[in-house]
Amino acid sequence: MSMAAISPSPRVGLGSRLLTVEGLPIFLVLIVILVALMAIAPNAFLGYRTYLSIIINYQPQIICALGLTLVIAAGEIDLSFPAIITLSSLVFAAFFRFDLVGWVHGPLFWLGIIGDSTAPDQIAAIQGWICWVGLIAGIGVGALAGWIAGILVARIGIPSIIATLALSFVWRGLAVFLADGKQFALRGFNGTLLWEITTGRVFTGLFDSGVVLRKPDGIPVQMLYGLGIAVALWFILNRHRFGESLLFIGDNANVARVLGIDVRGSKVRLFTLMGALAGLAGVFLTTETENFTTTQGQSSLLIVIAAVFIGGTSIFGGAGTIIGSYIGLLIVAVLQVGMVAANLSGAVADMVIGLVFITAVILHMLVEKPERLKGLGLGRS
Amino acid sequence: MNEKTFQHVVRMDRIRMAYGKVTALRDVSLQIGRNEIVGLIGDNGAGKSTLIKIMTGVQKPSSGDLYLRDNKIDFSSYSVREAHRWRIETVYQEKSLGEKQPLWRNFFVGRQITNRWGFIDIKKQKEIVNDVLLRQIGFRGVGINADSPVSKLSGGERQGVAIGRAMYFDADLIVLDEPTVALAIKEVHKVLDFIRGIKDSGRACLYIEHNLAHVHELADRLIVLDRGQVVSDIPKGEMSLVELQNHLLDLQRQKEAAA
Repeated sequence: MSMAAISPSPRVGLGSRLLTVEGLPIFLVLIVILVALMAIAPNAFLGYRTYLSIIINYQPQIICALGLTLVIAAGEIDLSFPAIITLSSLVFAAFFRFDLVGWVHGPLFWLGIIGDSTAPDQIAAIQGWICWVGLIAGIGVGALAGWIAGILVARIGIPSIIATLALSFVWRGLAVFLADGKQFALRGFNGTLLWEITTGRVFTGLFDSGVVLRKPDGIPVQMLYGLGIAVALWFILNRHRFGESLLFIGDNANVARVLGIDVRGSKVRLFTLMGALAGLAGVFLTTETENFTTTQGQSSLLIVIAAVFIGGTSIFGGAGTIIGSYIGLLIVAVLQVGMVAANLSGAVADMVIGLVFITAVILHMLVEKPERLKGLGLGRS
Repeated sequence: MNEKTFQHVVRMDRIRMAYGKVTALRDVSLQIGRNEIVGLIGDNGAGKSTLIKIMTGVQKPSSGDLYLRDNKIDFSSYSVREAHRWRIETVYQEKSLGEKQPLWRNFFVGRQITNRWGFIDIKKQKEIVNDVLLRQIGFRGVGINADSPVSKLSGGERQGVAIGRAMYFDADLIVLDEPTVALAIKEVHKVLDFIRGIKDSGRACLYIEHNLAHVHELADRLIVLDRGQVVSDIPKGEMSLVELQNHLLDLQRQKEAAA
């Protein structure tokens, strides 16, 4: 930086401009980690399969990290999204567990819309429609849960860390209670249109599958939805009035208020959006695994938060990077998978992620507040 | 609305503000003319902040009436946005700008140039901000442009941006809350020049200030607030700076005698 001040040559200018390209520095970190893993665990990281499995297995977390970026940029936190994942997973899965087919079949038969037979194809047809209701209900339950968090934070004034911590007990407890503590499979989901739309694989021709296991190798459609959400949230945060409100609120809520920003309303909308995204993540997780378990989503809390901060969203609020969070989550995912592939345990992965986390936060802080260099004794007085 | 046919940009009539048992304002009545710089002085806790918060839509009073451009205001629907619509702008000390946000955001926040979906026309906002910075505020050759974050600006420059923003949005009244506090002398002079600019452009200004010398020099009229009441209303030229200081000391003594 001091170099640039002394001689503002075009080359230095280009370098510092590249540093400010959103997500580029953290992308380079991802590349370095990948190259290291290719050396340590070539079997896993030189073929495409590991990458495809990372993309599909971490898609719900990616969606949550994208949403959490807005929450943290607004100076808040949400700890309840893993519990919302569990709850929305249950709500979606419930449409396959309970005897809705029977209930729906009766009136439809009575109205003469379908025949009397309870033949498998009739049941499948009904189930094919019911699961759409499940999709909407899953996202809706997430949005409702987020809205309640928003009310507690914005209207009642409970700090978000406390409100969402308390709510995560409620949502997880509610999900486990309603599920009677049991896990269950989504019978009849496989083969429906929604199944195709949420778990399909595209561009399968690009991959030399050899043996087709459960699904052919291909780009999971969920990745495309995740990218779509990333683009949408990027535009909301960086180009939309709502995103600007969030940035000012995160910067200084008092300033935001006197500038005429609807601080409370924006926070309620923010938590509702986060809840809806967690709800969608829950549905995606359940459709992919075709299974509901009461621990669904629980492991995502720490890695999603870590990903957002590794990506460069400000720990002080007022600035956030969607691209950084996306890449941050890929870094965490690659480290988790990589340590296992290198025959090291998950415990080692945790330690490495923690160190990457701290290093990243320190570096981002130094970029944001260069005067802290002095505190470290690195800068000149 | 375009022709300035009104008499007072703001008139407050028996405004009262109570927080539980504490009364911050007791029947405050005052008015500000169209092109008047009114200095508001008073001790800490005299009620100055409460007064401007009510005037600018941040708080609602317990009772009393507010008239903007001679129109009575309905407090149930009065807000900061509504005050903006009445062309009343406030420059709060340290509280008018988002520190980390670039100037193009700070300038237009709350009043962005957007398309119908609410997406901001960044290019246009930057053009306007760069133009205002150069022409109106006079930031020439100081390396500040629309992309600079507020954190890079000096205290005086920040006040300049906030005042320039108010003028750009064609405010009739600009409320300044201690704009020179914690500024170096050179920066103070910049801010005082900005305030003269407000007067020259035909606007009114309510100027809250601790430093009597500054406010005495600039204001057309001084209003002294003490324990929630207006105790003096002094037109320019009626008192010299020394007389003003003595007057305030007298008030202080009376207060102590009463206590």
